[in-house]
Amino acid sequence: MSSQTPSQTVGPFFSHALTPGATGHAPIAGRQLADERTPGTLIRIEGRVLDGVGHAVTDALVEIWQARHDGAYPDGSDAFRGFGRASTDADGRFWFQTVKPGAPPENGAPHVNAAVFARGMLNHAFTRIYFSDEQEENSRDLVLASVDPVRRKSLVASLRDPAGPPVYDFEICLQGVHETVFFDA
Amino acid sequence: MTSKRILSPRDWSSHPRQAHPEYKSTLLRSQRQPLVPLPQSLSELTGPAFGHCGVTGLDADLTRNAIRAGEAIGERIVVAGRLLDESGRAVPNALIEVWQANAAGRYVHSQDQHDAPLDPNFLGAGRALTDSSGRYRFTTIRPGAYPWRNHPNAWRPAHIHFSVFGTAFIQRLVTQMYFPGDPLLALDPIFNATADATARQRLVAAFSTELTEPEWALGFEFDIVLRGPQATPLES
Repeated sequence: MSSQTPSQTVGPFFSHALTPGATGHAPIAGRQLADERTPGTLIRIEGRVLDGVGHAVTDALVEIWQARHDGAYPDGSDAFRGFGRASTDADGRFWFQTVKPGAPPENGAPHVNAAVFARGMLNHAFTRIYFSDEQEENSRDLVLASVDPVRRKSLVASLRDPAGPPVYDFEICLQGVHETVFFDA
Repeated sequence: MTSKRILSPRDWSSHPRQAHPEYKSTLLRSQRQPLVPLPQSLSELTGPAFGHCGVTGLDADLTRNAIRAGEAIGERIVVAGRLLDESGRAVPNALIEVWQANAAGRYVHSQDQHDAPLDPNFLGAGRALTDSSGRYRFTTIRPGAYPWRNHPNAWRPAHIHFSVFGTAFIQRLVTQMYFPGDPLLALDPIFNATADATARQRLVAAFSTELTEPEWALGFEFDIVLRGPQATPLES
């Protein structure tokens, strides 16, 4: 038996390794998980990462992992790999272009898993991104039901304009009265 | 909804506490609400596969993967080890990414203002996939210590950042590897955020004569252990 290696902060200087741009090697994953050829509904998830006093966290890393449009989890065999990575910009903003995940095979509402990393976070934080236009599925989701109703809305990305292209807004508050719900799985 | 745990929980006696006042950046960025327990479903137990992502052998050689004209400057080292889970089982075909300062203690990054030279032949970023026995191996330059503004005369001990994936998304780990015998370790609030001294030692690589290559590079061994199978499954 071995014991777990302790977590340490990602620090501020991860970009050349984790989110390389014009310089450095080709990124292993990025903001764009899907395009018009990917089966499913193409969506954008846009958000900000904020600290305990509402200031933008400009050096955070957000990673997502999600099911395909049919609810199955990618196994590496098709073009949609289900994993994305984005660093936040000078306003603390991040975005992903992906497909809307299907409902999971076991039970529950469609969701995207997210892990948040930043300088000042000694452990990364796991959260889930649900969708505001899945009210019926969300109302039956046992994970959402397990969360204090007041805090539950922090897990639901809101569809910006029901008549426009599907863009969902999702704010991640690391601390404070609006602190996002983070999970211990 | 099943409440069975397939993977062991995050070991909070090993991991740092989230709010650690000595590390100033945690003050406004650490979580204050308790984490909400989440059952382990497929969503948590699956994860991205990187076997076909074009990782090459050159990616694991930081002394060569960014050279323009000339060689990377500093003390050449080999850093290698195994990626295991808590049951001692190897984690094969897993992605490990590393980044670090150069020999002078400077990162290639716009936010790094330390008055130390950049090395035009060293980027300080690499990646590798573990082999069938969970082994990985990097060749790099020993990073330098560098000052930071956490407290007066604060210096980070030399370290290499590691980003690691297991097979499940919840096995994700980002950590830092330190060097044995570094006097700065005792003073570093990030290293010491892990309260348990035994757990802290798991962040320190071991000098290895076996990994040391004659006439070429000193070797350091650094094994990484991820969450493993739950020893006694709990059901409720």
